[in-house]
Amino acid sequence: MPLYAVANGRTLPTIKLDLLSMVTATGRLPRVALEPDHARAVKLCGSPITVAEVAARMKLPATITKVLLSDLVGCGAVAARAPGAVVDPTDISVLEAILDGLRRRL
Amino acid sequence: MAYDGDSELFPAAVKVLIAGGFGVGKTTFVGAVSEIEPLTTEEILTAASAGTDSLNGVERKSTTTVAMDFGRITIDPRYVLYLFGTPGQERFWFMWDELCNGALGAVVLADTRRLENCFAAVDFFESRQIGFLVAVNQFDGSFRYEPDEVRAALDLKPHVPIVLCDARQNRSATAVLVALVQHLLGTSTSRQP
Repeated sequence: MPLYAVANGRTLPTIKLDLLSMVTATGRLPRVALEPDHARAVKLCGSPITVAEVAARMKLPATITKVLLSDLVGCGAVAARAPGAVVDPTDISVLEAILDGLRRRL
Repeated sequence: MAYDGDSELFPAAVKVLIAGGFGVGKTTFVGAVSEIEPLTTEEILTAASAGTDSLNGVERKSTTTVAMDFGRITIDPRYVLYLFGTPGQERFWFMWDELCNGALGAVVLADTRRLENCFAAVDFFESRQIGFLVAVNQFDGSFRYEPDEVRAALDLKPHVPIVLCDARQNRSATAVLVALVQHLLGTSTSRQP
């Protein structure tokens, strides 16, 4: 199947998602039946998961996965963490938390 | 409503890039530290190509698919660290802002048998002002260079750390990440007024 057919020819997601945006299923399903790929994506979002991981597990390019996920956010089946909520990579408290976590693994 | 406002539900994902030339052990490194089997994600990039077959001067758009391997480490309930191995073909990185946006920093893996293969990565992170260190992956049978020799060969600035590692070993690869975050903390602290 051509890749773009999955997303009905659309390549632009309606909300902004990046590879590390977190998504999770809300448990609310739309009244109409989901397309098979949308249904697969919802299943993968049982607990919070990144867009990159959904894409990898669906074996679809990230671009297409973002369209599917934004459809699902649009119909309320999936919630996304707003990109504005992502952490500042230069925030010292973030770096310290990461450092502590990594040291515990040594 | 497009987004869920309750961010408490979600851990924040942060990323570190693992770069270096082809065959230097990026995927091995990611696999050694990741809590999951490394996954692969593909992105379709579009770029205007300087068409040699263009007869009318109209630039052609070309698309290319690049793949990245990645793994993850759950740090605590608040943060999940993702490790992205950069695509082998460095010329695509510049088309891929998403690769760098929000990255904490980068590890440039180096193989002393082919040090020149990491020039592109060093230049790239310097130009993007992304904090990085060089981790020399010590392959069996490779000549053991002193860190100063590696620094000279790569023309690295004095503040860029050089560490030695075995990318196959969880502990060794994790120690590289610890060194990177310590370096990032050192540079962000020194930037404070």
